[in-house]
Amino acid sequence: MVAAQQFPGCDASAALLEQVNQALVSATPLRIQGGNSKAFLGRPVTGEVLDSRAHRGIVSYDPTELVVTVRAGTPLTELEAALDAAGQMLTCEAPHFGAAATVGGMLAAGLSGPRRPWSGAVRDMVLGTRLITGHGKHLRFGGEVMKNVAGYDLSRLLAGSYGCLGLITEVSLKVLPKPRACLSLSLQLDCATALAKLAEWGQQPLPISAASHSGGVLQLRLEGGEGSVAAARERLGGEQLDSGYWADLNEQRLDFFADPRPLWRLSVPLNTGVLSLPGEQLLDWAGAQRWLKSDADAASIRAIASAAGGHASCFTAGVCDSPFQPLAAPLLRYHRQLKAQLDPQGIFNAGRMYAEV
Amino acid sequence: MSILYDERVDGALPKVDKTALLAELRARLPDLDILHSQEDLKPYECDGLSVYTTTPMLVVLPERVEQVQALLQLCHQRGVPVVARGAGTGLSGGALPLEQGILLVMARFKTIIEVNPEGRFARVQPGVRNLAISQAAAPYDLYYAPDPSSQIACSIGGNVAENAGGVHCLKYGLTVHNLLKIEVLSIEGEHLTLGSDALDAPGFDLLALFTGSEGMLGIITEVTVKLLPKPQVAKVLLASFDSVEKAGRAVGDIIAAGIIPGGLEMMDNLAIRAVEDFIHAGYPVDAAAILLCELDGVEADVHADCERVRAVLTEAGASEVRQARDEAERVRFWAGRKNAFPAVGRISPDYYCMDGTIPRRELPYVLRRISELSAECGLRVANVFHAGDGNMHPLILFDANQPGELARAEALGGKILELCVKVGGSITGEHGVGREKINQMCTQFNSDELTAFHAVKAAFDPAGLLNPGKNIPTLHRCAEFGAMHIHHGELPFPELERF
Repeated sequence: MVAAQQFPGCDASAALLEQVNQALVSATPLRIQGGNSKAFLGRPVTGEVLDSRAHRGIVSYDPTELVVTVRAGTPLTELEAALDAAGQMLTCEAPHFGAAATVGGMLAAGLSGPRRPWSGAVRDMVLGTRLITGHGKHLRFGGEVMKNVAGYDLSRLLAGSYGCLGLITEVSLKVLPKPRACLSLSLQLDCATALAKLAEWGQQPLPISAASHSGGVLQLRLEGGEGSVAAARERLGGEQLDSGYWADLNEQRLDFFADPRPLWRLSVPLNTGVLSLPGEQLLDWAGAQRWLKSDADAASIRAIASAAGGHASCFTAGVCDSPFQPLAAPLLRYHRQLKAQLDPQGIFNAGRMYAEV
Repeated sequence: MSILYDERVDGALPKVDKTALLAELRARLPDLDILHSQEDLKPYECDGLSVYTTTPMLVVLPERVEQVQALLQLCHQRGVPVVARGAGTGLSGGALPLEQGILLVMARFKTIIEVNPEGRFARVQPGVRNLAISQAAAPYDLYYAPDPSSQIACSIGGNVAENAGGVHCLKYGLTVHNLLKIEVLSIEGEHLTLGSDALDAPGFDLLALFTGSEGMLGIITEVTVKLLPKPQVAKVLLASFDSVEKAGRAVGDIIAAGIIPGGLEMMDNLAIRAVEDFIHAGYPVDAAAILLCELDGVEADVHADCERVRAVLTEAGASEVRQARDEAERVRFWAGRKNAFPAVGRISPDYYCMDGTIPRRELPYVLRRISELSAECGLRVANVFHAGDGNMHPLILFDANQPGELARAEALGGKILELCVKVGGSITGEHGVGREKINQMCTQFNSDELTAFHAVKAAFDPAGLLNPGKNIPTLHRCAEFGAMHIHHGELPFPELERF
């Protein structure tokens, strides 16, 4: 067991609970904030700031258990450094979007990086959480074990909930060893050919862990044992690519993202072919995530995404009233009912995801 | 404290007039198959946890989603409880019927709607068997990863409802990690799509919430699962140890070496001997414990990892390490593990299978405590363990024909689950709470947490008509359970810190 005192930390949960309880008494809406690196996502929220950052530090980390428990206000870089020192990693490669990004923000936004189609999303790493609810209680769900089906899975529900169901104070995550070998490649292929190849390779046990396409070039990352990576390198050909490319893609530092038009994210099925989109596009997740720079209106972009079996969200603030794709009426009703049950006064991040939630 | 539905502590159920309901069902759904006579209802009185039985009021066997929808609308209007059931293989009594409720059997929804190799998914009806999905995907060299031991019989709808596991969870995840989308009907008969054909969906992750919700939030009518490419090769190592402590430490050593095995299973001496008598798998009957370690993937990596694991096991004090020489021997090594339950069934008239999970580092302590508890209760316990992911299956051996033995087995089982919670684990890793572990939920969660679970339920089913009494105990039940425990002085940690 790596002792908690090796990681400077502070348990500020009592103060957070106190602030929530006072907000409940005075009916004050709260705006949850960590490093503020993802404030541009979702709808604007008004309210008193509930800052998680004083509640920080790794609570426990035992690499042989493949589990780390960490307070929500901990900087994501601090967690990643501790894992890296033990030869492990967060497989979901969550984007930071800024140096101040926190673990709580990672979970609340639920965004995952290039490894997503092969290794899962943030929610897939979640084993347990602690949550301050709209009833003014500090609760624990899930735990620090790989398998746990006792009660409803509120822990994974919180991934991507944007703070609308309460304040996440702590999370236990499954972590994995870093791969022994890693190599990135680029291949000159047009989009249709690249998607066809990815569909073919996806059905084979190849050690692909990232695949993006833009400007007539397919970028691939291979991760695994030395043998499988070398064999795949031999088979796939192409030129070697600087591995820093993937962080630039994930953090939206590539030239593509400098285009001044609004940024849209289309999430579509893996077997979606070439989509004719009104603007510049960059494909990630082997085609399942498509970034679009476009001035087109939300309705027409969403119509294309929906027709492909997916959905579209706007990653540029202030472009449309509902950055996340609107929900079907019955689904929205259950979102409201769930929100009303867990946060009856509606004090947590009201309207961040949808005006009605 | 009985686990059968008790209106006094589990809440009053609506009074339903069976004759009137049957007449109305026949009028509104003339082509729906309905069972109502005592002899027809009898086969449905239990699921895989067969020591507990309740005869349902009616059994319905729909074949079309519209029938399920109309049935739910009627039940919602008339206030009739509905218990959903798939293949009925569940081990926690999650599909245990109610005398005042309808048992909704989804087993006739058996169509594999689509297998899509390019999209690496299969879209199936809820009654399709787990193994049938992998069989349908096999021509494309794809498979569906979660493999509960009942996979030849259990259906995917039940797998989703229970968040089923298997022996490959450490590397490939549980059911929740292998789903794209489910179609469900609410108790009001409203249709909801949770998840999507893409890798995520807008809104809250209700797919995660519904997975493992034990039929309490909605009825699953269709499931889209992810398919994976079959690993090119799988190799198995069998290591023998002269103590369970050494075997337990070896598991941590393998992980520390940066290796994630496809499967990592452990058995203690009683389980080894029972299996060897039954299957002749070639297990060392003198070993205190064995580890089965399967490495799968691309051939070059698997070969290198086998050498690494062999070195780790030897270093950890294994008295013998054997690698299956060929596919036949690999299958034989696994046959032993997969037949551990029936093998134990041969050395005891009855056995009771537990499902607790623990942090792996606690394994030596937990096994020592289980053997002490076993001695105190005078009942033998064989241990079979998904060592890689900390999921224990202690099998309590008893004879239901001996007066009091079932009650002693239940009491011992309860103590083992409470032990799992005490060391930071959970009362159930993959079998679910159902009715079986309803009392132990009071140990794992405090009243505020249970209240939050009831709030989630109320968001989807405020009248509590879907599978009443399962999964989440009432605070009233916990109060009685807690009082009973304190009275016997068996639970010294009423508000236990769970780390």
